[in-house]
Amino acid sequence: MTTLLILAVIVLAFLVVMRLHRVSDLAAALRGEREELIPEKDNRTSGRMMWVVGFIYLALFTWIPIHFKSVFLPPPASTQGVWIDAMFHFNWIMLGIVFYITNIALFYFAGKYFHRPGKKAFWYPHNNRLELLWTVIPAVVLIVVIIYGLYVWNRITAAPDPGTMEVEVYGKQFDWTIRYPGKDKQLGATDFRLIDGDNPLGIVTGNVVTKRLADLQKELEQAEVDRAAQAEIQPTDQLADMDDHIAHIRRMREGIMNLGILMKEDIATNGGNSKYLHGADDQVTKEFHLPQNVDVELLIRSQDVIHSVYLPHMRAQMNAVPGMTTRMHLVPTITTDSMRLVTNNPEFDYILLCNKVCGISHYNMQIPLTVEKPGAFKVWSILLPSFENKSKVADEAPADSSKAKVATDTTAVATTTETKKN
Amino acid sequence: MSAVANTQAAHSGHHHADLHQHKESFISKFVFSHDHKMISKQFLVTAIIMAWIAMIMSVIFRLQIAWPGESFAFTHFFLGEKWAPGGVLSSTMYLALVTIHGTIMVFFVLTGGLSGTFSNLLIPYQIGARDMASGFINMLSYWFFLTASIIMIFSLFVESGPAAGGWTVYPPLSALPQAIPGSGTGMTLWLFSMVLFVAGSLMGSLNYIVTVMNLRTKGMKMTRLPLTIWALLLTAIVGVLAFPVLVSAVVLLIMDRMMGTSFYLSEIHIAGEALDHMGGSPILYQHLFWFLGHPEVYIVILPAFGISSEVISTMSRKPIFGYRAMIGSLMAISFLSFIVWAHHMFISGMNPFLGSVFVFTTVLIAIPSAVKVFNYLTTLWRGNIIFSPGMLFSIGMVSTFIAGGLTGIILADSALDIQVHDTYFVIAHFHMVMGVSAIFAMFAGIYHWFPKMYGRMMSTKLGYLHFWTTFICAFGVFIPMHYVGLAGGPRRYYNYTEFPMFNGGVADLNHIISVFAIIGAAAQIIFTYNFFRSIFLGQKAVQNPWHSNTLEWTTPVEHIHGNWPGPLPTVYRWPYDYSKPGKLEDYVPQTVPLEDGEEEH
Ligand code: HEM
Ligand SMILES: [Cu+2]
Ligand SMILES: [Cu+2]
Repeated sequence: MTTLLILAVIVLAFLVVMRLHRVSDLAAALRGEREELIPEKDNRTSGRMMWVVGFIYLALFTWIPIHFKSVFLPPPASTQGVWIDAMFHFNWIMLGIVFYITNIALFYFAGKYFHRPGKKAFWYPHNNRLELLWTVIPAVVLIVVIIYGLYVWNRITAAPDPGTMEVEVYGKQFDWTIRYPGKDKQLGATDFRLIDGDNPLGIVTGNVVTKRLADLQKELEQAEVDRAAQAEIQPTDQLADMDDHIAHIRRMREGIMNLGILMKEDIATNGGNSKYLHGADDQVTKEFHLPQNVDVELLIRSQDVIHSVYLPHMRAQMNAVPGMTTRMHLVPTITTDSMRLVTNNPEFDYILLCNKVCGISHYNMQIPLTVEKPGAFKVWSILLPSFENKSKVADEAPADSSKAKVATDTTAVATTTETKKN
Repeated sequence: MSAVANTQAAHSGHHHADLHQHKESFISKFVFSHDHKMISKQFLVTAIIMAWIAMIMSVIFRLQIAWPGESFAFTHFFLGEKWAPGGVLSSTMYLALVTIHGTIMVFFVLTGGLSGTFSNLLIPYQIGARDMASGFINMLSYWFFLTASIIMIFSLFVESGPAAGGWTVYPPLSALPQAIPGSGTGMTLWLFSMVLFVAGSLMGSLNYIVTVMNLRTKGMKMTRLPLTIWALLLTAIVGVLAFPVLVSAVVLLIMDRMMGTSFYLSEIHIAGEALDHMGGSPILYQHLFWFLGHPEVYIVILPAFGISSEVISTMSRKPIFGYRAMIGSLMAISFLSFIVWAHHMFISGMNPFLGSVFVFTTVLIAIPSAVKVFNYLTTLWRGNIIFSPGMLFSIGMVSTFIAGGLTGIILADSALDIQVHDTYFVIAHFHMVMGVSAIFAMFAGIYHWFPKMYGRMMSTKLGYLHFWTTFICAFGVFIPMHYVGLAGGPRRYYNYTEFPMFNGGVADLNHIISVFAIIGAAAQIIFTYNFFRSIFLGQKAVQNPWHSNTLEWTTPVEHIHGNWPGPLPTVYRWPYDYSKPGKLEDYVPQTVPLEDGEEEH
């Protein structure tokens, strides 16, 4: 309501201005004034205004960061954050100098050299030395900026040491899921066709593949029965849709069968090192913890659209792109508890927020991050249930109602244990 | 070459004189006009209308950002119960508004509106031609533009809402209606509108290039062209090389959406279902998009450079400092603009080494930009500045370009970009450097050439009021916005209330921004009023109101076919002989022959 009033006032104000303008316009026309002949006093006033507004501008620019200090992020909480902040400071100083010099020159000249009758402007069409000078100086300064920038960039993006702890961050509309590698310290393989409620990341294990195949088989049979039943009743375009659906299920089934074969082959060649055997003990969770002062590599994936893992307090960001794994590694240096002291805010939490527009709830796709001492982290992570156990528990409930499923499950377990022995 | 063209043009001028006898019908004069002057006005008026639509959108979403969840009659009035239940903007519509706002402003206002208007107006006038090389294709270019505009506006009214994935429309979000409702019909219309837009823009650009290359009047060497023409020519060349790539990106996206191909899609599980698409890459789209997208921002700023160079020189009564350096930097910028695109993708998952290459090229672009700024400053130095509204806006343009260019260097540094990518810092950067600078130049151009377009003057007093409110509001909006970004504030967020870290100072900054945005938007009423009123009631213009050297001011105030009543003018000097020593007046038009022993600058 108040805004409506404010808007009404603004509109009215403009109407009044225009009314007044009409009047003054008519008067000016009577006096024979011309729009393009700017009177001396207007040139002077505009010149003075340039000084005033230029000053206000630079003052505002200086004042905001002082007055709104509280908006700035607290000290960087990772090693790369420290490098980035240092680089920011360096760049701000360089650019700040240029900013003040050029703006002062601009507003000063504009204000000083307003038109005076009888004066002639200074004829100064070019000066090659000057132009060379201000091509070379920026070039040199910018080369420094580039070298420093690339040095930091290369440090940040350098491949981590082998054996660095891996943690998966997985985005989907509109939340984040975290996966820890479990006892074997290795993340298992995944496939998007295996995603379902029990297996939000599509982790591949023998069980999962067998179960999924059985499900698809049932789904396919059902779809075919439906198709046959509807053949007479439905219009052809509906039937075409049903055919498409059947074809889709077939393709899915085929894909998963291939995956199964691939898995078997991989296990046969790599034995215990096969990525298909690492999934069972992975720990999938909606809580995000990291140990302090340990280099961790985040493996970032997305289920549907592009998201972005943004950790402002760590000065870290990387997109989550469907169809590929992106990586970023960092060393968190300040525990959440210490940061609560530093910021004097007992509620403080590091936050991971989505920073690539991903749909209507993009603005609330977040997960808090707890950084804790390595010991505490170990205790916390050991207690996380592993994937295979968890899905077992989840399976048991519906298992009662369907004996067939239990049967396939047990055979699947049998085959995996067998291959493991090899 | 130009001599041949000249006879041709003189010939067609003759032809025109004959034709002039019959009265043109309303339709052929105002609607399907082939005349560059009329087409330029058509572009301008369409762009003004589009700009209003996009600006009202920005007010609506700024209200939501500053006062989330509050009910606004203003919002409700424009969006109705469906998109703003109870006057509160819905989050679906929020994203749609930022998307369409960006699209309209970048493409329809600052590309179509800016280079469409001024290329059409100035190219034939300033090179001394009777009209564009092809009046018919020129007309088509406008009609494609208009059709594209209408489709874009129409997409606002479809059931599932307009496109909503941001103006860059990254797939998979833009490819999958399951991901966001706007990716249904709305997105289809967006894509078709863009294809038409590009087609129109190509016709325009080819025409501009051919005209500048072939139809220059006698004596108009390339090194005597006003900087406006250089800028518009390079803009057209950049456009011809870059825009087709956008079409290819769009066509592949259309195929992914409608024909089940997988250019951009792979391994997606959405809405409880695994999709069939395998093997595509969303990053491919980003490469294609930014291969246009980055040159596009220079397509926007080059005409702005041209206009402000011209106005600053004329109104300081001083030659532009370093004419050749200005041309050189325009060329350098145009060239470099093609090899920097991946600076928008530092953290897209692209190889970090590739990122370093683009850091290098991107930072290089700051050198010609810096040269331009220094040259503007030197042009002002010891000038004799007449503060027409056009001049004020040109000075404003230089100042916002400085601010935006400097933050560009921060963003160009991939390591720093990690921290501020996709935050309001980027928004502040490009609104300063592109949005505000280009719109200021557009205003400068309108105030400056209005007498040429409509034969009347705009009100100077209202121009002052318009400039100072707009200038102050632009700073009021975009300076604080940098700090929101540095505080980690992401762009395209419906509200910040879910994050305690954004509740204190950031919320205050957002209030400041929105208040300035509303006042600044309201200030455009002054401009619009001044513009439309002056078309009919403005003071009658004199032939050369700003005492300018360029050829357009040698044409009569009343528009005629073929521009010059007699033979085409002949050019003897560059366009910047302002305050030349030894001359009585402080300007010497290009048509005045060199005196004995006079050096050409
Ligand atoms: C000094 C020269 C400039 C440099 C070094 C520069 C650098 C950059 C960089 C690196 C980005 C990507 C930021 C990010 O997404 O994280 C960016 C964004 C952008 N720049 Fe510039 N820029 C410069 C001048 C310009 C100019 C002259 C314009 C327009 C006329 C412009 C328009 C834009 C736009 C529109 C975006 C954002 C696009 C988006 O993500 O929506 N920039 N700039
Ligand atoms: Cu997201
Ligand atoms: Cu760019």
